[in-house]
Amino acid sequence: MLRLGVDAGETNTDAALLDDGRAGSSSVLAVAKTRTTEDVSSGMLRAIGMLPAGAARQAAAVMLGTTHFSNALRRASDLQPTAVIRFGPPSTRSLPPFVDWPEQLVGLLGGHGYLCPGGHEFDGRAVAGFDTGRLRELVARAVSDGARAIAVSAVFSPIDPEFETRAADVIAEEAPGVQVSLSHEIGRVGLLGRENATALNAALMAYADEVVTGLERRLRDAGVAAPLYLSQNDGTLMDIDYARRYPVATLGTGAANSMRGAGFLTGLDSCTVIDVGGTSTDVGLLDGGFPSEVPHDVTVAGVRTNFRMPGVLSIGVGGETTGDTQGSDAQDYLARRCADAVQRVRSGSEALPVVVVGGAGHLVPDTMVGVPTVTRPPHAAVANAIGAAVAKVGGEVDRVVSLDSQLRAHTLAEARREAVDRAVAAGARPGSVSVVAAEEIPMTYQPGRATRIRVKAVGDLSVGGRDA
Amino acid sequence: MQLIDESALDDITVGSTVLGSGGGGDPYVGQLLARDAIRRFGPVRLVDLDEVPDDANLVFIAGIGAPGVLIEKLPRAVEYERVLQQLERFTGTTYEYVCPAEAGGLNAVTPFATAAARGVPVVDADGMGRAFPYLELVTPTLYGGAATPMVMVDEHGNTMFLECESNAWSEAYARAAVLASGANAAMALYPMTGAQAKERLVRGALGLAQELGRAIQQARRNHTSPVDAVLQSRKGVRLFTGKVEEVERRNERGWTIGTAVLSGIDDDRASTMTIHFQNENLAAERDGAVVATSPDLIMAMEMDSGTPIPAEEIRYGYRVAVIGLPADPHWRTAAGIEIAGPRRFGYEIDYRPVEESTA
Repeated sequence: MLRLGVDAGETNTDAALLDDGRAGSSSVLAVAKTRTTEDVSSGMLRAIGMLPAGAARQAAAVMLGTTHFSNALRRASDLQPTAVIRFGPPSTRSLPPFVDWPEQLVGLLGGHGYLCPGGHEFDGRAVAGFDTGRLRELVARAVSDGARAIAVSAVFSPIDPEFETRAADVIAEEAPGVQVSLSHEIGRVGLLGRENATALNAALMAYADEVVTGLERRLRDAGVAAPLYLSQNDGTLMDIDYARRYPVATLGTGAANSMRGAGFLTGLDSCTVIDVGGTSTDVGLLDGGFPSEVPHDVTVAGVRTNFRMPGVLSIGVGGETTGDTQGSDAQDYLARRCADAVQRVRSGSEALPVVVVGGAGHLVPDTMVGVPTVTRPPHAAVANAIGAAVAKVGGEVDRVVSLDSQLRAHTLAEARREAVDRAVAAGARPGSVSVVAAEEIPMTYQPGRATRIRVKAVGDLSVGGRDA
Repeated sequence: MQLIDESALDDITVGSTVLGSGGGGDPYVGQLLARDAIRRFGPVRLVDLDEVPDDANLVFIAGIGAPGVLIEKLPRAVEYERVLQQLERFTGTTYEYVCPAEAGGLNAVTPFATAAARGVPVVDADGMGRAFPYLELVTPTLYGGAATPMVMVDEHGNTMFLECESNAWSEAYARAAVLASGANAAMALYPMTGAQAKERLVRGALGLAQELGRAIQQARRNHTSPVDAVLQSRKGVRLFTGKVEEVERRNERGWTIGTAVLSGIDDDRASTMTIHFQNENLAAERDGAVVATSPDLIMAMEMDSGTPIPAEEIRYGYRVAVIGLPADPHWRTAAGIEIAGPRRFGYEIDYRPVEESTA
């Protein structure tokens, strides 16, 4: 089938049309590159328009790697007033919602956090009963304080999401126009990081609806009727309904797409990728087909979150900007910084090949200190659009279970099944989904074998409906 | 005497993650608590041990519980404020100074929450110079110092006043109580005089954390190696550079116990390393030969940012530098090695200073 991938970078927006019946770079039928526009969408449409007429219309699916939402966070624009309702007391009072947020963002969102008794202990006991009356009062206050969206968090909701899911029902009754985001669906164990990510997500939801609806309409007007998908930061795809609910999953997709594109074009599952764009050069590691993740919390727009983001080193030199240096000095500088970044990212592992992609990849020399030969695949200039096009669809489970009271095998099987279900819910073809990562992390100092389970499943994109 | 403001607190927090030796809990939430206390009550005085009068009264402040619970339940200021008050009620003594029990991890900064609220200084010292899994593993124990009378306060409004026969009993009782209350509580323990503190404590532990924090932040800004900055600062040893291939972890009796196996990169490419942990990293073997053990500090650090990777987070694919830092001289005495050396944790080997084994 024909896949149309588009990826918006800082400087340029790329498009690529692929025939997935062929392998590697021979699957690439057409490519296009144009300047990224401030609204991002226009540049995407233009890039698609630059492909051979008719070809784009034959695409069975369109995959977009967007920067709309990372831009919104960076610019502090297009964010709606968002309240946080947290089930935590008696604990957590000293560190309320929005603690440690940059002032500007707090101002934009309103900064209203409401605490309600509830949440769970590490072993699954509820901290307090669910108080519907109290929650209704808080929702009413949040709305009268101006909230258009509510992020709901609860202590240990990754173990038991009960407080969050019940709260969603109450909010739907009390304030049907308000958009809701639940923390156990967004982030993992670590209350503040998860709650913060959820608040950012809720703040973006109205904009997400606007962006997605706009893209769909404009594509249709351009004669492209294929289903639309957005790239996620782990290198997988989500369909547009999912994207409307989880815009925050698009943060960091550019790096993920260019790494996966590099892998696809070279057939390499593991490699170091240098992506030279217009304004910056990013160096990252593709490990087993997926971008290697940063092993700790990430700060987004000054807010500490616990998304898992691709680990990328950014060098402030690109095809069009050379920072403080000039001319050929700039090229030497880039070569040195790249060689250094390659060492840092993969830590000198000689076995890993280096792949250069991006519009200005020619600036990277063939030989650099400590770096073995450099591979430049065909179509490297649009590797990110290719990465978007060939992405798989994924689902993930990250929760804490007590292995004392449940059979280990049963619990793990259940988690794997749920990850598979989530992949299908995100748009994967049921038969194609497989678990690509599964791990158990026992929790320190706790009895009852409390264990954190993380399972990731991916599958091929199912186009044209979710029939089994 | 130094006035600790938010920026100094930041440096201390970053450095304390290195002293955590693979454990100690996430200092970020502790830092937020301390920072909030400083904002409400003003900067906190940090005093050298030598400035403390011999007859002054001093006590350790520490959080106890599970790091994995702490990041959900979050610490509360009120417990850290109450814990000192409650101990004073119990003992009839007023404490003019507080001090960290362990400067590794979260407990480097929790005492600042108490100090700010009570208007007392923090002493630049601690009982470990790192983090350890058991509360009796502090330098006062080496001199016969008692953990009790001690107080534990939890978020449910409970206070436990404790007097125990030995520090091992104190650990057993305190651990049982904190698990019952939800694995997240504040303690005031090891009351001592200024004279005793001068004899027994690890001097300058917070200053060390601050120095390490500055060195790491500086290296990050300059794009130089934070790992090398730490090694230089503490005359530490780079034990290994590698990629994690396998992690085996299990819960036993309330600890996270296991091993991480790494395959070497660069100069270490033909070798493997195994790190053994029980909450904290306690022993490291290279190609089957032991190269570092407790009481020396062993850390796996992400190479680029210098971020230490705790034992409960380390997993397949991470590329890390494993470093060894010498323990405080208190721990290298015969008494110190007896309670905190490898045999104490079940490794049937003799202690050797980390800087010798790679010579």
